[in-house]
Amino acid sequence: MLRLIAIFALLCSLTTAAAAQEATPDPRAETGGAQTLEDILRRQEGLAIDDEFRSSVTGDPDAAAPTSEQLGTRGGASDADLWRAYRYDSADITTQARGPAVTTLIQDRGVWWWQFREGPLLQYGAWLLGGTLIALALFYLFRGRVRIDGERTGRTITRFKAFERFGHWLLATSFIILGITGLISLFGRKVLIPAFGHDAFSTIAEFSKWVHNNISWAFMLALVIIFVMWVVHNLPDRTDIKWLLKGGGLFGGGHPPAKKFNAGQKLIFWSVILLGGSISASGLALLFPFELNMFAATFSKINAIGLPGLLGMEALPTELAPHEEMQYAQLWHAVVSFVLMAIIFAHIYIGSVGMEGAFDAMGSGEVEEQWAREHHSLWVDEVVAAERKEGSA
Amino acid sequence: MRAFLISLVALVVITVGSNQILNWLDFSAEQAAVSEQNVRLD
Repeated sequence: MLRLIAIFALLCSLTTAAAAQEATPDPRAETGGAQTLEDILRRQEGLAIDDEFRSSVTGDPDAAAPTSEQLGTRGGASDADLWRAYRYDSADITTQARGPAVTTLIQDRGVWWWQFREGPLLQYGAWLLGGTLIALALFYLFRGRVRIDGERTGRTITRFKAFERFGHWLLATSFIILGITGLISLFGRKVLIPAFGHDAFSTIAEFSKWVHNNISWAFMLALVIIFVMWVVHNLPDRTDIKWLLKGGGLFGGGHPPAKKFNAGQKLIFWSVILLGGSISASGLALLFPFELNMFAATFSKINAIGLPGLLGMEALPTELAPHEEMQYAQLWHAVVSFVLMAIIFAHIYIGSVGMEGAFDAMGSGEVEEQWAREHHSLWVDEVVAAERKEGSA
Repeated sequence: MRAFLISLVALVVITVGSNQILNWLDFSAEQAAVSEQNVRLD
């Protein structure tokens, strides 16, 4: 009888234990406490999951081995515990770095930026510059140099005063050096290191970066000088439409009338001002890291007018880590610079080998009167009228 | 070409000068982003 009672008591205790286990099942028992398939599926659907099972597992200082023992403690936290604490922002971190970016320890969205910078940016940028040079060479071969059609008069007209030429050359030389040093920075890893080696490139890159950063102030100053001097002469008017419809006379049909600047020059002017201004803004954001964050605010405005939807795109991100702001600034800086470089190639071509007599305008400032009458007839009329007025006064 | 030569001189002066001014203002990315002491992040 006593045995029967003992067996009955044992069965009862086992049944109670089993029932207790069934009452509080551990959903992560099968995964050893890690996330389950259900957690993963919920996260993939964008649903919230209870992260308590891991957000709280960030180490136990009380469980740490004494420092006096062999292979002593790091505070009772394993590597995994430490990374979990980073992830859930519960780590006790000290650093010597300051600034907005310091609170972002891991920024994995920078991977796409790096891939884009190393791949399509270099590839399409090289194609754009190379393609422009080839197109200009072909144009020169087929069209030849634009000559002065009429007979030279031997008289000259002052096209640009000394300060105008100073502003132009300050902008031109700074832009050319910025372009070269920028390309050195951009293509260094892919082109220059394989060609010259790491040591040589290190010296080149260091000098190039110093020049690029500091010469940028001359570019920005010259941009302001050019804008103030020439904006009045570059406002669009009716003569521009006629000039554009005739293709500037580049393909025959006579020279269309133009004022001080023809429509082609106005397009160059506004390209330089707008693209150069944009390059300057993104350049300042790169010069002063994390101080000038422009892209999140710009993306918000673009989203507000619905532009991404019209282009069949998703809304642009409006919450950017400080590093992402810098990444977008770098890409924008490079892309717009490539476009402006291609435009300036065409400008340099037509201002030098492409057109007889054009370089004098920025060389000595004095142009042949016949050249001026062919390319800027309305401007010559204005100058002559002003001289007559002064003479009679 | 005097204007061109003067612009080259101005280019050098502005480039070196801007660097000197930023140094004189004690500005550098290191100055702006690094502390001599450890700081605790919020």
